[in-house]
Amino acid sequence: MRAERMIDLRFDRVSKRYLIPHETEDRGSLHPWRRRLRSLWRPPREFWAVREVSFAIERGEALGIIGHNGAGKSTILKLLAGITTPSAGEITINGRAAALIEVGSGFHPELTGRENVYLSGSILGMARSEIGRKLESIIDFAEILEFIDIPVKRYSSGMYVRLGFAIAAHLEPEILLLDEVLAVGDMAFQRKCLDRVRALRQAGRTIIFISHDLNAVEALCDRVLLMQRGEVIADGPPGEVIGQYKALATKGTTSLFPSMGPMREWRDVDAPGDRVVRLRRVRVCGEDGATMSAVDIRNPVGIEITYDVLEGGHVLVPNVHFFNEARLHLFVVLDLEPEWRGRPKSAGRYVSTAWIPGNFLSEGSVIMGTGISTLAPYESHTYEKDVVTVRVFDPMSVNSARGDYTGPFGGVVRPLVSWNTYVSCDGSSTR
Amino acid sequence: MPSDTSIVYTPRSEGSPSIRVIRPPSLSLADLAGHVRSLTRYAGLIYTLSEHRIRVRYKQSMLGVTWAIVQPVGLMAIYTMIFSFVAHIQTNGIPYPIFVFTGLVPWTYFSTALTTGTSALVSHSNLITKVYFPREILPLTYVIAGVFDFLIGSSLLAALMVISRVPVNANILYAPLMMAILTMFVVAMVLILSATQVKFRDVGLGMPLLLQIWMFATPIVYPLSAVARLPRPLGWLYRANPMVGVIENFRRTVLEGMAPDFAILGVSMAVTTVLLPVAYLYFKRVESTAADVI
Repeated sequence: MRAERMIDLRFDRVSKRYLIPHETEDRGSLHPWRRRLRSLWRPPREFWAVREVSFAIERGEALGIIGHNGAGKSTILKLLAGITTPSAGEITINGRAAALIEVGSGFHPELTGRENVYLSGSILGMARSEIGRKLESIIDFAEILEFIDIPVKRYSSGMYVRLGFAIAAHLEPEILLLDEVLAVGDMAFQRKCLDRVRALRQAGRTIIFISHDLNAVEALCDRVLLMQRGEVIADGPPGEVIGQYKALATKGTTSLFPSMGPMREWRDVDAPGDRVVRLRRVRVCGEDGATMSAVDIRNPVGIEITYDVLEGGHVLVPNVHFFNEARLHLFVVLDLEPEWRGRPKSAGRYVSTAWIPGNFLSEGSVIMGTGISTLAPYESHTYEKDVVTVRVFDPMSVNSARGDYTGPFGGVVRPLVSWNTYVSCDGSSTR
Repeated sequence: MPSDTSIVYTPRSEGSPSIRVIRPPSLSLADLAGHVRSLTRYAGLIYTLSEHRIRVRYKQSMLGVTWAIVQPVGLMAIYTMIFSFVAHIQTNGIPYPIFVFTGLVPWTYFSTALTTGTSALVSHSNLITKVYFPREILPLTYVIAGVFDFLIGSSLLAALMVISRVPVNANILYAPLMMAILTMFVVAMVLILSATQVKFRDVGLGMPLLLQIWMFATPIVYPLSAVARLPRPLGWLYRANPMVGVIENFRRTVLEGMAPDFAILGVSMAVTTVLLPVAYLYFKRVESTAADVI
């Protein structure tokens, strides 16, 4: 037998089907009990989160998996970790795999940090003796020596995350499964985490990394899988596959609203508008001018409108309406730049761009409608709704409006505002 | 900032022996042996989680572990008042408090383990969707915590027996057998109920009523002889309850110094032997998709 490279992990035509029960079918005439009984024996809807996926990973490889939300990345990880079982196919794992799907898995709020190290450590698969041996190093890594004997319910979120990752960093799994967990904590801690993962790689451990952070994937992985609708559509070196993913995103096929993308163009014959002006192209772009389907919450985003003025002599004001996923009308922006304000445009092609500052939009998809109007007397030459969309994401890197907070964050906009605090000396006299 | 070098990852050894294959769930009795074997690898986790249960249960209560005593003693007092002073139940000359307490100690173990173990999966949904370990560990640790309470209760029972000068003979050595059957039965019940609760939360809601009925269908506050004259189909049904054989024989051997009634104990053993593997298979079946529906 020839000495082949060791295969650590193999997916052989793996599929995962979820069954979604029919339940919210609101038939007022039916008694709730009857409705519930009905949902018991009506066949549920099927949803294939992963479909016929096959790949193999060699020992020591670092594999990244990318794709938009709902492409099946997390399902792959859950299958690998054994959290859920495949509906068809076979997964072979050669070695001790540890999954990091959430930092601080298995923490109990009433127990102290020390007790939780034992609890979480053994849930993640460490032997008690191993935990005892590594306890000091874990406390060191988390930098919480003075708090180790108080209940974790009194920890700040930063301490909680640090302790959680410190345990995970000491796991020494043969195969490490990482799901976006590096996106927590402050910058210094994130770097520390990345260093850990690199150290594991250098020790020849196999790593599977699932992330939206393409830079991290490119830096860490030597091979990337691109997933779409439960299938692997590309498999190769990071630069190549990431490029493919970006191209895919630009085409708009990965949007939450499949009919919309970050760019929309019209041909001469179907350009919306009237005898005065016609819309030709709308796109979402970054500061570098590149079309983007997703934007970092901290960066400005431009909405570029290209239009043909057919009849000169009108004052034309391009405008953009913003909506969120719930179709709530967020705000409207009008082009009021002094250079063109009140000044009629002559016939020709124009490109106007509205810049929405960074740290202003909220996380999630934003949908835009664009129009061109004359304001006084008011006349709308064209208005197209649902033209383009962009996904705003927060990479959780402390300098957004979130600060160190990583939980749910409400609100339709998310401005980063300045605060001012002073120590009040006359607090007692205000009674 | 000095980069810390406290963790050094050792290069992994070649030819690691642990190859694991994950397939769609297929259930056969042959797989059960494999499941049990894989449990032994998780001995550390079982220990830590069980210790954790006991610790958390008493952590923020003032009386702490004393609660394991207060509960059966309190019930003993109430039942003595009702069934001895009011209903005048005959107990073959044994003082009623110690008679009922002997039944209550194993029963409390059963009912506590069942109540807490039933919600084991549902109350750990965040773990179940994030980490893998054999899920039966969760309900099992509640049973183990129940054993801990049972040991405390038994020590108190021993003390009561010494004080009341109850004679003890070699038949008391049968008691561990009863406890083994009881534990196997609890495990089977907890596996079934906790798995069912993943889909139907009704199980948890119905539990107090079920336990109340079950307790009176078991010879705890009255001796087995009191129901000897039950009409036929009802009598058979009564004896099919595995708890009857366990509790009755626990009392016979510990308190009355008699050999076990093997006829009725046989029923408990038979039911348990059949139920346990079925329960485990059922649990494993639910487990394979628990993370998707919980």
